[in-house]
Amino acid sequence: MEDNVVLTARGISMTFPGVKALENVDFTLRKGEIHALMGENGAGKSTLIKCLTGINDFEAGEIHIEGVDEPVKNHSTRDAQNVGISTVYQEVNLCPNLSVAENLFIGREPLTKLKTVDRKSYNVKSQKIMDDLGISVDVTQNLENYSLAIQQMVAIARAVDMECKVLILDEPTSSLDDEEVEKLFKLMRMLKEKGVGIIFVTHFLEQVYAVCDRITVLRNGALVGEYPIADLPRVKLVAAMMGKDLDDLAAIKGETKDLSHEPLEISAKGLAHIGTVKPFDLEIHKGEVIGIGGLLGSGRSELARSIYGADRANTGSLKVKDKDVQIHQPIDAMNLGMGMLPDDRKAEGIIEDLTVRENIILALQAKTGMFKKLSRQKQNEIADRYIDLLSIKTPSPDTLVKQLSGGNQQKVILARWLATSPDFLILDEPTRGIDIGTKTEIQKLIVELAGQGKSIMFISSEIMEMVRTCNRMVIMRDREKVGEIGGDITEQKIMHAIAGGEGE
Amino acid sequence: MSTDSSSLWNKIKSWPLLLPVVALILVMALNILHDVAVGANPLSFFTITLNQTTSGGTILYGRIIDILNRGSEVAILALGMTLVVSSSAGTDISVGSVMSLSASFCCMLLAGFGVTSTNELRVPLIVGVLAAFAMGTLCGCFNGTLVAYFGIQPMVATLILFSAARAIGLLVCNNMIVYIRNATFGAFGAFTGPLPTPIIIAAICIAIVAVVLRKTSLGMYIQSVGINSKASRIAGLNSKRIIFLTYVICGFFAGVAGLVNSSRITSADSNNIGLYYEMDAILAVALGGNSLGGGKFNLAGSIIGAYTIQAITTTLYALGVSTDQAPVYKAIIVVIIVAIQAPPVRAFFRKRANAKAFGKEAAKA
Repeated sequence: MEDNVVLTARGISMTFPGVKALENVDFTLRKGEIHALMGENGAGKSTLIKCLTGINDFEAGEIHIEGVDEPVKNHSTRDAQNVGISTVYQEVNLCPNLSVAENLFIGREPLTKLKTVDRKSYNVKSQKIMDDLGISVDVTQNLENYSLAIQQMVAIARAVDMECKVLILDEPTSSLDDEEVEKLFKLMRMLKEKGVGIIFVTHFLEQVYAVCDRITVLRNGALVGEYPIADLPRVKLVAAMMGKDLDDLAAIKGETKDLSHEPLEISAKGLAHIGTVKPFDLEIHKGEVIGIGGLLGSGRSELARSIYGADRANTGSLKVKDKDVQIHQPIDAMNLGMGMLPDDRKAEGIIEDLTVRENIILALQAKTGMFKKLSRQKQNEIADRYIDLLSIKTPSPDTLVKQLSGGNQQKVILARWLATSPDFLILDEPTRGIDIGTKTEIQKLIVELAGQGKSIMFISSEIMEMVRTCNRMVIMRDREKVGEIGGDITEQKIMHAIAGGEGE
Repeated sequence: MSTDSSSLWNKIKSWPLLLPVVALILVMALNILHDVAVGANPLSFFTITLNQTTSGGTILYGRIIDILNRGSEVAILALGMTLVVSSSAGTDISVGSVMSLSASFCCMLLAGFGVTSTNELRVPLIVGVLAAFAMGTLCGCFNGTLVAYFGIQPMVATLILFSAARAIGLLVCNNMIVYIRNATFGAFGAFTGPLPTPIIIAAICIAIVAVVLRKTSLGMYIQSVGINSKASRIAGLNSKRIIFLTYVICGFFAGVAGLVNSSRITSADSNNIGLYYEMDAILAVALGGNSLGGGKFNLAGSIIGAYTIQAITTTLYALGVSTDQAPVYKAIIVVIIVAIQAPPVRAFFRKRANAKAFGKEAAKA
């Protein structure tokens, strides 16, 4: 093992049923370095960390730790702690009703000669540990008396005192405010001075550049690369995470019409759903295709959901066709002419044990009401029409929808919403997991629907799709709407906006 | 083999009621075997005769009539239970106790509080009947609220009334058995013309549910919510309200069953009315080939299941099994019926059938 290196992972692979979660991933952590592990949701960050800490049993690869000759394979977090890997999670895993000192020494209390707990000495020791780390707390106070940031630092102090060589911080800042984050960074820098290697997982790009020395990027379970922070400006980081090479991007310009004179379909003011999306203003005109750009987990789906009432908005006001409205649940939105194709097809889209026909007419039936059952003839008519229109490949309308392929299931849900003839249709990742041909069909359909005067909100991880179809883009970052791009939409513009901060 | 007969065979194989019907036929066959063994008419199980009663009326008599009659309450309960299982992937274990409470409430109103025995009704009969229905419905609302709106596990939520309703019934009846010695009240458990009234009431209940499911989209809503309540909500269904509604329906039918059961014995015997009926109702749903994991349901299956349970009981009595021992044999038969419907067993038989077919093909070639 080369000098300076505390942890190396080589060729780690791990499969979950049906998914290759990690494939041949390398990772190297050096002494006294803060190393950011970046990637979109589902890129494999958590899986890698769980392999390091013994929660996941990886199938192939080796992990080496400084000071241990054999390759290390942890089977529990305790194993991991024994070789010097400690983890602090987003939610604090300590006991709030015990004192700070008790939390520091829980499970390894110093004993007196009579084998009873030596309270005095551990209070003194604890105070010293905390003072050394520059955390000003009274260690005899219960942990619950302190803020979440301090609690997190106590968790870190505990990890450090257990002589960890590797400290993993998994999204430690998500529930902290700016001042608390700064305190945490100070502590991280101090530990770095002491030679601890820190792996830092976060969704916040700013924080990476504020505190990290090196970045490793994962995408779809594979390693994209390891970069010193100076070599990877934000835009390149975003490109690496999304899998786009900036140089390869051809600027394809769509036909952009000016639709700002058209009547407003949707107008949101300060709409927010606490915990998922911060207050945003948004106006959508009739016949407009509006794209929502941002990394996965940036709040793009959440923005759509708060308009549709899938997550009921806590604050703000919403106007539909210039009328103030209250949307408590999806059916309210549907009655106002909305529809939403959710991004998680299996969890929120298909009703798998119902037939294709029933899946198609479900939303229309919900809208017309329980006592006005659509006649069987009418149901067949509607089902046949959309099976034909969207060329859904199914043996019969009475086939169970779960027997269809993913792409055809997606078309069934699309049919469900088209059958309600909505004025405003939200499509959240309508093309995910669909073959190229169908993707193009869906993109064409979007443009066509807009041509008929419907407003479409289009969310996709593939920026090119949105460049091709959207009239305007909304950019989301860290659960906040950070900007809009109108007129000439290019991939570069979108990526820059998503990356934010430094202008390049 | 001609294509026609093979397609018919395929149709039968994929018929959802196949196994419940087979189970029922098995139980009937057991009767015939027994009759043959003891040298009686092999078809005596199916024989229905017209008998004169002491009061001069003519009534239908026979084992089938007896099964249909005695099975009425469980069949009525199974209607509501099927919907509850489908929408919430849980069971309402309070129906037996709710039957008892509804009966007690009804009889208390008819007799007057604190009266143990009466020949005269204190209030019109219809008031008592509606009170029984209302009490059942109210209990259903309570269960539905806990399950749908408070998100409590169905088993736990209905456990409350399972233990409390019977006791409340006792309280309502001032800790006594209330006897209503009045022919109009007893009519629900007696005969209408030659037919036992409970059969007619069960038939009406089944008809109402069948019509509602056919004429409204309630059936699809319930299944949709049961299969995927999140997706149903996004598609515009009020998942919570639909789950709530199934518990209300289930409670209403418990009220109806309570009235029938109480009318049979012309009294409100809080401690015994509907005792263990919840188990039979749940069993009926399972015997009917419905998954207790919710989702798709088959009402006809549940009804056949309910009568199968009664057929087992009646058969055992006909076989001369004592009342105390009957549950043991009942359990054995139920285990067999449920086992043949279990996925691993079905998969095993399917595999064997395939292997056989393959063997034939190979032999041909």
